[in-house]
This record gives sequence, structure tokens and C-alpha cells, in this order.
Amino acid sequence: MSQDFLLSLAQAITKGLLTGMVYGLMALGLSVIFGVMRVVNFAHGEMMVVGMYLAWAAFDYAGIHPLFSLPVIALLFFGLGYGLQRGLIQPFINRPEHQQFLLLLAVATIVVNVCLAVAGPDSRGIQLESQFDSYELGPLVFDAVRVHAAIAAVVIAALLWLFFTHTRIGKSIRAAADNHMGALVVGLDVRKLYAITFGVGAACVGAAGALMITIIPVTPFLAAEYTLLAFVIVIVGGLGSMTGALLGGLLIGVSEAVAGLLIDPSLKSMFSFGLLIVVLLLRPQGLMGRKDSR
Amino acid sequence: MNKKMHLTRRHIGRAALAGATLMGAPLPLRHAFAQSAGDLKIALLLPTSGGQAQIGQACKRGADVANAVLADMKIPAKLDIVTYDTETKADVARTQAEKAIAAGAHALVGAFDSGQTIAIAQVAEQKGVPLIVNIAAAPPLTESGYKFIVRNFPTAPMLLSGGFMMQKEVFKASGATPKTAVLLSVNDTFGTAMVGGIKAMFPKLGMPYELVDVITYDAAAKDLSVEVAKAKATKAELLMMVSRLTDGKLIIQELVKQRWEPMLINPGAPGTYEEDFIKTTGKYGEYLLSMEPWMDPKSAMTASLEKHHVAQFPKDQFDLDAGFTFEAMLIAAQAWIAAKSTKADALMDALRKVKIDQHVMIGGPIQFDAKGQNVNIGVAALQNLKRAPTVVLPQASAMAPLVFPQPGWNDKRRT
Amino acid sequence: MNKRALVGLLILLALLLVAPALLGGYGLSVLILVLYFAYVGQAWNIMMGFAGQLSLGHALYAGIGGYVAAGLYFHYGIGPWMGVFAAVSAAVAAGAVVGYLGFRFSLAGVYFALLTIAFGEFTRIGFDNWPWAGGSGGLFLKVERGVSDLANLRGGAVMFYYVILALAVGAFVLCRFLLESRLGRYWLAIREDAEAAQAVGVPVFRCKMLAVTISAALTALGGVWNAFYYNNLFPETAFSVGRSIEMTLSPIIGGLGTLFGPIVGAVVLTGMGEVFTDLSDQFHIPGLKQIFYGLALMIIVMYRPAGVWPWIATRLGFGEQRK
Repeated sequence: MSQDFLLSLAQAITKGLLTGMVYGLMALGLSVIFGVMRVVNFAHGEMMVVGMYLAWAAFDYAGIHPLFSLPVIALLFFGLGYGLQRGLIQPFINRPEHQQFLLLLAVATIVVNVCLAVAGPDSRGIQLESQFDSYELGPLVFDAVRVHAAIAAVVIAALLWLFFTHTRIGKSIRAAADNHMGALVVGLDVRKLYAITFGVGAACVGAAGALMITIIPVTPFLAAEYTLLAFVIVIVGGLGSMTGALLGGLLIGVSEAVAGLLIDPSLKSMFSFGLLIVVLLLRPQGLMGRKDSR
Repeated sequence: MNKKMHLTRRHIGRAALAGATLMGAPLPLRHAFAQSAGDLKIALLLPTSGGQAQIGQACKRGADVANAVLADMKIPAKLDIVTYDTETKADVARTQAEKAIAAGAHALVGAFDSGQTIAIAQVAEQKGVPLIVNIAAAPPLTESGYKFIVRNFPTAPMLLSGGFMMQKEVFKASGATPKTAVLLSVNDTFGTAMVGGIKAMFPKLGMPYELVDVITYDAAAKDLSVEVAKAKATKAELLMMVSRLTDGKLIIQELVKQRWEPMLINPGAPGTYEEDFIKTTGKYGEYLLSMEPWMDPKSAMTASLEKHHVAQFPKDQFDLDAGFTFEAMLIAAQAWIAAKSTKADALMDALRKVKIDQHVMIGGPIQFDAKGQNVNIGVAALQNLKRAPTVVLPQASAMAPLVFPQPGWNDKRRT
Repeated sequence: MNKRALVGLLILLALLLVAPALLGGYGLSVLILVLYFAYVGQAWNIMMGFAGQLSLGHALYAGIGGYVAAGLYFHYGIGPWMGVFAAVSAAVAAGAVVGYLGFRFSLAGVYFALLTIAFGEFTRIGFDNWPWAGGSGGLFLKVERGVSDLANLRGGAVMFYYVILALAVGAFVLCRFLLESRLGRYWLAIREDAEAAQAVGVPVFRCKMLAVTISAALTALGGVWNAFYYNNLFPETAFSVGRSIEMTLSPIIGGLGTLFGPIVGAVVLTGMGEVFTDLSDQFHIPGLKQIFYGLALMIIVMYRPAGVWPWIATRLGFGEQRK
């Protein structure tokens, strides 16, 4: 292999890792929600797109950089997620999967089309100085926007980890996830914990949306693609596992970037769905999932 | 930036208005309430929601100002245009076409996408109602023996060969002829069809350059550094890019970052002349050449169409979607005037014989061959100049001199 | 099924037989859509409603069926009545692969659903790159005006109406027969509790395989009909997740596991779609129809989670309940 090739491979991998962090953050939301309440959020990509639109609007109207609007968006999404869980999803917690699926499909349909009606079908992007900036490390070049987004994603993931391991609510949520009955017995307000969990998951995906808009523009109909992408990531990483979601995000980010180099780019996504099938069959709990999460 | 603000406000305003109307509105089914004025009733079928909503809505704008332009041009016809949303789905397109005909439409216009257009064409054919295709490039539309269809848009092969002929004109006019070329293309439906067409057609085109490589990339790609580096490694003198909007921007960003300055031509894809592309790429998007069917800036009708488009949609770009959709309305109006009747057979007869000298798009008079295809549609060389797509060739329609090859990325002419 | 239901059913069938004479082109095209969704819904219901396996990739079978029959006709002039055997065989093979892998590795619920989605997407990209099938540029069948050729399934809406009506009635009868059979009882046992069924000696794996292959075969027939009705196929739409999801809606909304559920669901959903289209046309807001549609889906699944049909059935005094 030539030096040129190795260099472009290394370059592709670094870009993949950076984008993968944002993917990971997006998938984290899906994974947290499933891990705790066993509900698959089929409207996940749609929520992401709303996050992207909000960050775009903040930038376009008020010139607020997405990194600064991010905390506000995350907070807003926490509230939305909390309310959505309380109002809509809680009654469905113990209902069969296909009913949960239909409910969230309906939510997804409404969200996408509200985006269409309000923001129009045109692709909305933001122009940042940093989009033409880059950092150099030896022969490798790092895009500034991707570096910023990846750092932000790592920070948010770390905060989340602290929340789940060091706060009382976080620990209670994990307890409720591990043992629903037990949690009820010791008197935890499981409903409230579920609502908080959904809020946290939504905040993750909202934050991911704010970061994603710095990398690519948004249209309403990207949503379904993101939902599918989030699924692929969490299944590969392990549905319900936080580290799994991050790892899955990195893996898919890298494979997306490297595939263009190694295999026919037009067959690239076939490769990632193939990967999904293999993981489903051989290790359905995902790379980092626990056996019982199946 | 301001533009978007206004656009969004308008949308919100519209939504609020609609909400208010919703309160008091009865729920009449529209087809039960077909108006009975003497006008020609046209059903405009477009994907105004779903994945193709952006283009569907751009097309609709051309129809929205059609009556004003016809009045300007003293064409004695008033069209009663009703829009039907196909939701970017063929089955919806089909029922909407049925519904439009049941509501008394005298002619159908649509539908941008080839799959949806074919679904509509079958209904038109069975019911014997004329269908005027505004945009749709798949050859089978006019190759399947339909009797009630006319298409005022080039087929994919026509578009391509026209674009390549125009490239020769560009080389001749500028005196700069590349000897090698590389093709960089997105692999979605459109890109694949383009690449397939180019590969098949290339030997017969007699181009002065050799096509050294074809590189495709995934439509969802968020980074094209590898692909651009691959293309650069071929050392080709000409880079042809078949892209959409987002990936087109990425290609330009990478070209600048990798300091590669090839001759740059878009052989017929959308993207590179769109407002958002021009705005985002700024000075680096200047001078880019695109081969497209385009409005003839020297036609009085184009001037009128543009005037009304700007007045009614000040924040939206005036482009070929609106141009072709308007022309479909023009064709319907002229056929109606010639037929002196709204009867389907008379209209269809008039459509087949129509010869419209004064129109909007570059090319000869609008007339249809035995299959219903307009073969007189021209292709223009468009160059992004002063942040606007500008016709530079053919000479008769040129608004500015051609600049080719493009100035380097750091050239002073780029501002 | 009680007597009252039977009489109702016969009246309905009689009405459907004369419908083309009563309806205009628009009404007929809507009714055709209703029957199509009722038919593919019935096919999907075998998998999910009877055997309890959630498939979100049924577009795979419809797409394969449509492509095989249309491709044979397009390339070799082999008519659909012959081509349908190849089409169904290909879809059954695909169903067997998905089912074998899914059931052998005992994937269930969401995991099985994702496997079906993955196979659909996988195939979509494959067809995008397969020149014989027209690649991503699509496959188009030739259409001629005034032809009515049942042998090659070339003709007008009325012909396609009767074909899809026959399919829908056939599927209904077949499903009723299946439900009453030993296989049907096994399926219900598996749906309720696969482990318990296994314990009492139900051949779980074989029954699940039968469910997926029968369902795939029926869906493929729908795909063939669809391909010849619309005369064009694109991988992007034929295999899309959206197409798969559409197929699941009628049975879920109508009443999962019931015989009338898919039919009632198709009527409700298609009717709703048309009314909402009319309603939202007045306001010129793109997407408004889908917002209404989404809201309606939400309301139905919240308040009639078992579907619309079981509720209607008890109201009207028809006997059928979810078995």
C-alpha cells in the first residue's frame, strides 16, 4: 500500500471518528429510552431534525452559534420529551410493541409535516467561519467544525454518565431499569423516572441536532434516514447500552468514511445493512449489550 | 439570511390564516364543487409535500403567476388552475389525476417525477384527457405510444447530448480545450442515470477530451475529501460534477482546500445554479459553468414571467422549474385558443399542431413530434456571475461574456 | 361468524361486484386502493396477526414479486400469469431466508422487525445497482390505449379492479380457512406464548416458517398486480420502508388478527386519506393532510388499540373477535 493511500485512509478514519461522535450522541438518546422503559422511539430522527431546525433558526434570526443555542435546545427538548412521555407514551408502556410503533409513527408523521409546513421544503444550512477552518496534526487535517462538534458530544456524553452514576435520580432510573418491580416495591415514582428518562433521551437528540446542523444542512425528509441510522447504530452497539451507542456511532461513522475508499461507494450502505444483519444474528444484544437486553 | 426570515414569516402567516379559515369553513369536497366558468380548467399535479416538495413548490410558482403573464403578453386566455398534491407517491398521483378529471379538468399538467408522471399518463390515456408534461426526463414517457401526452422537457439523452454539444461551443468560444476529463457523480437515481447515459453516449459524441475516470459517491455522503482527492490524482484538466445541492457545496469546499483548479463543468445536473449553492460557496462558486435548459433572458415573455415571479415570490429563486411549468400553462392556453373548445379531442388535436414562437425557454418554437415530444428545446451554458446564474451561450441569448477556464481560487477576479 | 355477519358479507360482495358500474373513475381508483391495501394487509396479518411476528419489511416481497413478473414480461414477453409463478417462488425464497435466519437465531419483536427492515434496504440497494431490473432509473412497462388483454394483464382500471377484488376475496377465504385449521391454532398458540407452545409440542419453527412463506407468497401476488397496474417500478419506492409501513397500517388500525380488520382498516385509512386531502386542499399548506392523518392514527391507536373492527363488530352484533 502506498503512503498516499495510508494517509487518506488515516484521514478518512479521523473524519469518521469525529462525525461518529455526533452520531453516537444521537443514538444515545434512543438507547437510553429503550434501555430504561423498553420503548423504541420510532420518531427519533424526526426529533433530531427538529433540533437541527431550532439551531438553524437561532442562528438565522439572532446569529446565535449552535454551540451556544445547544444548552437551550437541550433544555427545551428535555421539557418536550418529559411532556411527551407523560401525555402520550406512558399509557403505552405496557402495550404491545406494534401499538407503540404506531403511536410513534404517528408522532413522526406529524412532526415531519409540521416542519414542512412551517419551515418549507428547502434545505436549511448555516454558514460558519469555522467551516473553512481546519487544525493540522502532523500530516492529518481536522475540520474545525467536526472537532468542535465531537468535543461537545463527548462533553455531553460525560455529563450524562455523571448523571446516571452520581445523582440520586440517575441511580434511581438505573434501578428502575434493572428491576421494575423492585423499584416499585422500594417506593420509587417510576412514572416520573420514566418521564425524566424520556426527557434526557430527547435532550440528547436535540443536542445532537444542534451539532449536526454545523456539519450538514437540514430538510424535513432527512428525518426517516436519521431514524434508520440511529437504529443501525444502537443495534450494532447494543440496544440499551450507553457505551454501546457511542461505540456504534464511532463504528458507523468510520465505516461510512472508509467505505468510500475501500469498496464501491454506491454499495456502501449495503455494507452497513449487511453488518446490521450479521450483528442481529450473531450478537443480537449488540457489541456492548448485556445478554438479557434482548 | 433576511430572505429566509421573510419566507418563514410568510409561511407562518399563511398557516395562521388557514387556521382561522378552518374554524368557519364547511367541508365541501372539491370535486363535488367543480366551478363552471368558461375558463380552461387545468389540473396541476405536483409533489408539493413528501421528498420532492422543494421542486414541486418551485414548479407551482411558475403556474401561480401564469395568468398575469398571459395577460401581459395579450394572450386572450384565462386559466383556472387547481393544484393537486401527489405527496411524492405514484399511487397518490394516480388517484389525484382521477379526481382532477372527475372534477372536470380539461387538461392535466405535471408532475416533475417520471414515476408519478407515468401513473398520471395512464389515467389521462384511459380517460382521453390531454397531459402536458412540465418536467420529467425518462424516455419511456414519450416512447410508450401514449396518444394523450405531450412533453415540453428534454428526455435524459436529449439533455445530455445537448449539454455536451454546448461544451464544444464553450471550448470553441474560449479557445481552451481540455484533453482529459474526470467525472465525479452522486449515485442517486438521477446521478446514476446521468452517468449511465454519459458512458453510453460518450463514444458517439466526438468530444475533444478523453474521459479518464468516473468516480461515484453516496448521496448521503457528508464528506467528499477522498473522492475529490481521487479525482485530483487523475490529473485531468476538466472536472465534470454531477451533484445535488449539499454535495455540490462539499465538492467546491474540497477543491479549494486541496488547491486543485481544474476546468469545472456541470454537464446537466441541478444544484450548481441554485441560490443556496451560490450563496454558500460565495466567491468560490463564481464562474462555475452549468449546462441546463434555461429561460431565454432576451425573450419579452421571460421578462414578464420574471417580473411577476419576483413580485409575488420576492424571496424565491426564479429557475427552470418555474420556467417549464409556466410554459406548460402557455401551451395549454395556446392550444385552447387554437381549438376554440375545451373538448379533450379538440384540445389534443390543437396540442399536436401547436407551434409557439414566442415563449420562455431557450430553443426553437414549441412544437411536438408524432410521439408528443418537443425536440426544439435548447441547452444553455450558465455561468455563475455576480452571484447569479447568467446565460453566456448560445450567443443569441448571452447576457455576459463567457469566462473559461475559470480563474484560480485566489484570483483577484473572484470577489 | 354468525348469520347476521354472513348476510352482511354477501351484500357487501354483491355491491363490490357491481361497483364499477356505479362509480366514476375517481371512486373506482379509490376503491382499488382500498382493496389493494386490504389484500396486502391480509397477507401481512398472517405474519403478525396470526403468528405474532412483527415484519416491517414486507415491501421486500411485494417488490421482488413485482420486479420478477414485470422483468420477465419486459425482457422476454412472458405474461404475468406465467411470470407469477417465478415471482411467487422468488418471494417465498426471500421470505424463507429472512424467516430461517430470524427464527433460527430466535429474534423476536423489535429485533425481528429490524432484521426485516435491513433485508428490505439491502435488497433496495442491490436493485439500484442491477441493470436487468433497470437500476435506479426504474423499469417501465409499455401501455396501450384501449387494449383489454387479461392474458397479459394489460388494460383499464375496471380489469384491475376485478383482479384485485378476486385477490382480496381469495385471501379472505384462505385466511379464514387457515385460521380454522390446525396450523391456525398453532399460530395463535405461538403468538400468545411461543415457549409454552413449544412445551406442549407445537412445531414452533415450522409453523413460523409457514407463516412467513405464505405471507410472502400472497404479498408477492399483490406486488405483481401493483407492478402491472402502475406500469413502473423504482427500487427507491418498491422496497422503501415507507411502503412496508403502509402495508402494516390497515390490519393494525382495523384489528390485528381478525379477518375483517385489514379490510375495515383499508376502508378507514384510505377514506381518511381522501377526506383529509380534500380538506387540506382548501388551505394550500403542504403537509397539512399528513398532519391530519398522523393525528387520526394517534387517536385511533390511543382509544381503539385493538382496532376499529372489533369495536364495530360488537356494536353491530357480528360475532367476530380477535381470536
